[in-house]
Amino acid sequence: MFKLGKIENVAGPVIVGKDMLGSQMYELVKIGDVGLIGEIIRIEGARATIQVYEETTGIKPGEKIERTGKPLSVDLGPGIIGQTYDGIQRPLPVIKELYGDFIERGINVSALDRKKKWKFIPTQKKNWKVQSGDIIGTVEETSLVKHRILVPPGVVGTILSIVDEGEYTVDDEICIIETTSGKKSAKLAHTWPVRTLRPFKRKIPSDTPLITGQRIIDFLFPIAKGGTAAIPGGFGTGKTVMQHQLAQWADADIIVYVGCGERGNEMAEVLERFPQLKDPRSGESLMARTILIANTSNMPIAAREASVYTGITISEYFRDMGYDVALMADSTSRWAEALREISGRLEEMPGEEGYPAYLASRLAEFYERSGRVDVLGSESKLGSVSVVGAVSPPGSDFSEPVTQNTLRIVKVFWALDKALAERRHFPAISWLTSYSLYFDSLQQWYQKNIAEDWVELRREAMQILQRDEELREIVMLVGPDALSESQRVTLEAARMLKEDFLVQSAVHPIDSYCPLNKSYNMIKIIMRFYRGMLGAIEKGIPLQRVIELPVKDEIARMKIQAPEDFDSFSSEFLQKIDVEFTELTSQIISA
Amino acid sequence: MSTIVGREYSTISKIAGPLLFVNAIKGVGYGEVAKITTPDGDERRGQVLEVGENIAVVQVFEGTSGLDVTATSVSFSGETVRLPVSSDMLGRVFDGSGEPIDGGPKIIPEEYLDVHGAPINPYSRDYPRDFIQTGISTVDGMNTLVRGQKLPIFSGSGLPHNTIVAQIARQAKVRGTDEPFTTVFGAMGITADEAQFFKEDFEKQGAFEHVTLFVNLAEDPAIERILTPRIALTAAEFFAHKLGMHVLVILTDMTNYCEALREISAAREEVPGRRGYPGYMYTDLSTIYERAGRTHGSKGSVTQMPILTMPHDDMTHPIPDLTGYITEGQIIVDRGLYRRGLYPPIDVSPSLSRLMKEGIGKERTREDHREVADQLYYAYAEGRGFRDLVAVVGEEALSSRDRMYLRFADTFETKFVSQGLYEDRSIEETLDLGWELLANLPESELKRIDPETIKIYHPRYKGKT
Ligand SMILES: Nc1ncnc2c1ncn2[C@@H]1O[C@H](COP(=O)(O)OP(=O)(O)O)[C@@H](O)[C@H]1O
Ligand SMILES: [Mg+2]
Repeated sequence: MFKLGKIENVAGPVIVGKDMLGSQMYELVKIGDVGLIGEIIRIEGARATIQVYEETTGIKPGEKIERTGKPLSVDLGPGIIGQTYDGIQRPLPVIKELYGDFIERGINVSALDRKKKWKFIPTQKKNWKVQSGDIIGTVEETSLVKHRILVPPGVVGTILSIVDEGEYTVDDEICIIETTSGKKSAKLAHTWPVRTLRPFKRKIPSDTPLITGQRIIDFLFPIAKGGTAAIPGGFGTGKTVMQHQLAQWADADIIVYVGCGERGNEMAEVLERFPQLKDPRSGESLMARTILIANTSNMPIAAREASVYTGITISEYFRDMGYDVALMADSTSRWAEALREISGRLEEMPGEEGYPAYLASRLAEFYERSGRVDVLGSESKLGSVSVVGAVSPPGSDFSEPVTQNTLRIVKVFWALDKALAERRHFPAISWLTSYSLYFDSLQQWYQKNIAEDWVELRREAMQILQRDEELREIVMLVGPDALSESQRVTLEAARMLKEDFLVQSAVHPIDSYCPLNKSYNMIKIIMRFYRGMLGAIEKGIPLQRVIELPVKDEIARMKIQAPEDFDSFSSEFLQKIDVEFTELTSQIISA
Repeated sequence: MSTIVGREYSTISKIAGPLLFVNAIKGVGYGEVAKITTPDGDERRGQVLEVGENIAVVQVFEGTSGLDVTATSVSFSGETVRLPVSSDMLGRVFDGSGEPIDGGPKIIPEEYLDVHGAPINPYSRDYPRDFIQTGISTVDGMNTLVRGQKLPIFSGSGLPHNTIVAQIARQAKVRGTDEPFTTVFGAMGITADEAQFFKEDFEKQGAFEHVTLFVNLAEDPAIERILTPRIALTAAEFFAHKLGMHVLVILTDMTNYCEALREISAAREEVPGRRGYPGYMYTDLSTIYERAGRTHGSKGSVTQMPILTMPHDDMTHPIPDLTGYITEGQIIVDRGLYRRGLYPPIDVSPSLSRLMKEGIGKERTREDHREVADQLYYAYAEGRGFRDLVAVVGEEALSSRDRMYLRFADTFETKFVSQGLYEDRSIEETLDLGWELLANLPESELKRIDPETIKIYHPRYKGKT
């Protein structure tokens, strides 16, 4: 037991306490008679400043502050998958059951179901030597996820005893390990402080793409497994839809989706849709690999600040089991604003646009927790955490601090363009300003696993899109008459690339997910048509006649062709293009 | 508002803007309601914004003019701001802090509800998908509103947003149900004329018994505007979640609300955020807008249509910008269209309804809805894009395809966007009208529509199979 402190001042989410001598930075405290949860964020002598994760209305100076001696931590163990948590890992379904449709204060519920029994299958035996990260046994948590129970970080020794296969709760002792510093017991679950990164052996550069099924990403601006990407855009440009798409379709083993200061209905949408959606690889429900963390915009802002840490810690935990984890944070700007608001209440010296001076380092620390790593354990195992952060720049202005500081860290930039969104060109990712610094290291993977000419096709497509932009500028200055026939071909090819390839509907049942093979074949078809156009005008055939070829309309509809039989569809299609061009040529030449 | 008991303090040390600093207080809680007695003996209400062991900062809803540090006294209630609610409130007129001003009887409360509400547990939310037909083509056809959505109108001063919203309130219906639908109207700092316009329009339609008004006029205290939308929403939530009604909440003008917020922040000498608005404005606005929705546990729903006037018609201004980041879309009233005499001058391109996708389609509106909307968006954007070019190089320089799109954009505006003040188009009429315009384009241009759909709805084939 610690000595009780006392509230001195209350201002919104920030409380100052006195008689707090001995408390630690980031220590968790319980405030007042209702027991609101808070975290110490500044210490000056016996005075501690606390950010409170719950609404502070009605709290009075003089009320007690209880220290816990522990930092804000998460419970890690079976029962996490499929859950919906608030920013400090309280399960929202349990809160609903206990308190109804509206969230009350001072709620104290466990993150994991403590009564549920899990079937545990041990993989270690008595007297075996183990070290941190070794698998003690497994629990089949969902149809998609085998939860590997690991020797906790920091523990090395010999197994004194381990339970038999059977049913255990997360609090049952399953294994005792003799270490140099005494006996350590392991359970199915353990806790971990969210602001401390989980250890691993070393980082390993990634050579594998995270396949997303989104054409513009997979083909033009891929993200590597363990990589980082930012998706900035004004409101309505498609950040959330893209994050949902990635959560649905990315080929990760585990998805952690952090709804950070955004809309309640967007969380409801995921909750409603994901259980019904099938994972394209396994056919199982998508919820069976997904964890949601929801701190909506109207929920307390201090918990918003915590939510990204809760999310990344859970991600690291599954990474340590050797899984590929993908974390989406929508939106990191809300987290940065929470930092700003708390900082303002602390009367810290404001930096750019009122954000605290440590904004950049906090962002860097967060993204630094991503990566592909050789995880702890006797054997070599690879795991990864990929992080995709949405950024919401005020007034859609990318020069603002959160966007700029994020771009300094992440390796992929998917720039959302308001003009594209207004034309309903979705995803509204600009092909001119976006980039991926992973492309070079992923080239080999694509060449080996998809097609030798993938890289070449990408280069050509990018070139057409860039030429298109230059030509459009000319047209705006002097009118379309100034263009040569071959320049018009470029415009037409660019139009096809944009309309028939890059535009991808998230709501169309087939188009929503495009396997790499289909993307490749679609590009091949468009490029074949492009070469056909070039050949035709060289022979003096008017471009207008080429554009009227029936096959061109069919190209526009290939994205809604089922991916299963796309290979055979595509070889027929390529032939058809050749046939139509040959026929057109002979028609015109004989006429 | 509830009666106030508690110790009285005449220890005011400082008055700044709408704020009072009260010393030597004891047992006062954050967010509590305060009663302020003026030197003349009048009463005002306030709320605690910050409290220390010795001092409380109180914001005064009616403003601080006439208050002093000697003769003014403050007492604290020990309670948060609560609104007495009852089903008798339906159809009544209240001031901006919830006192009846229509000469009718006092409300006998069934309950006292905290005006700040509590956040809806995201897990409890029922995803909104019931189509509300407003009878306006640009909304129904291209930016569909659904029950439980928050869809604001972004307008500019002098534009006819009031007329549009009144038309929506008049015409809004969910087809195929006779579930009770009621309107709650919260006005912040609007002129007496505007208030009169809404009142008369509602009365004329015989809709008045279904409209409950909370009115803070331009000459009313500015700080009260912090309260008004919360009070209106508290009443709306009561109607929705306790009485099971479907409630449309109109809040106007959110810009005035945000100005009040800025005023308080400035008085507290807080570090200002963008363009002088407080850094927490996003969070603050979300505690208003996020109160829209449906839950699994309630039959009713709260739909919000906030109106805001964009300063200098600037959509990047913090008020529309932060609103757009929270709401589920936005309807843009455009000055250019208005100048050209179009009513309603709604610009569909920057407008958006995020909940449209689930609210339309086969059993909700019609199976071709999505495709028609997509194609109209594409064609209109394409045509508008050429307007700039024409200004530079003249129409003759355009290809025949480009000229066709240019014409499309014109007809789209005059036929589809434009409609009468009392013209209530059914969704079928709206979609058929869309088809009529699209039929001016060659079929091969309709790439966003499935050929099967074309066979059924294109005027060329319609009724011929
Ligand atoms: N890939 C897509 N396919 C179809 N519609 C999309 C797509 N991306 C975005 N949209 C449309 O844009 C709207 C806004 O997207 P959203 O992701 O919510 O924007 P943001 O999060 O950037 O504010 C969506 O409601 C949807 O109508
Ligand atoms: Mg979003």
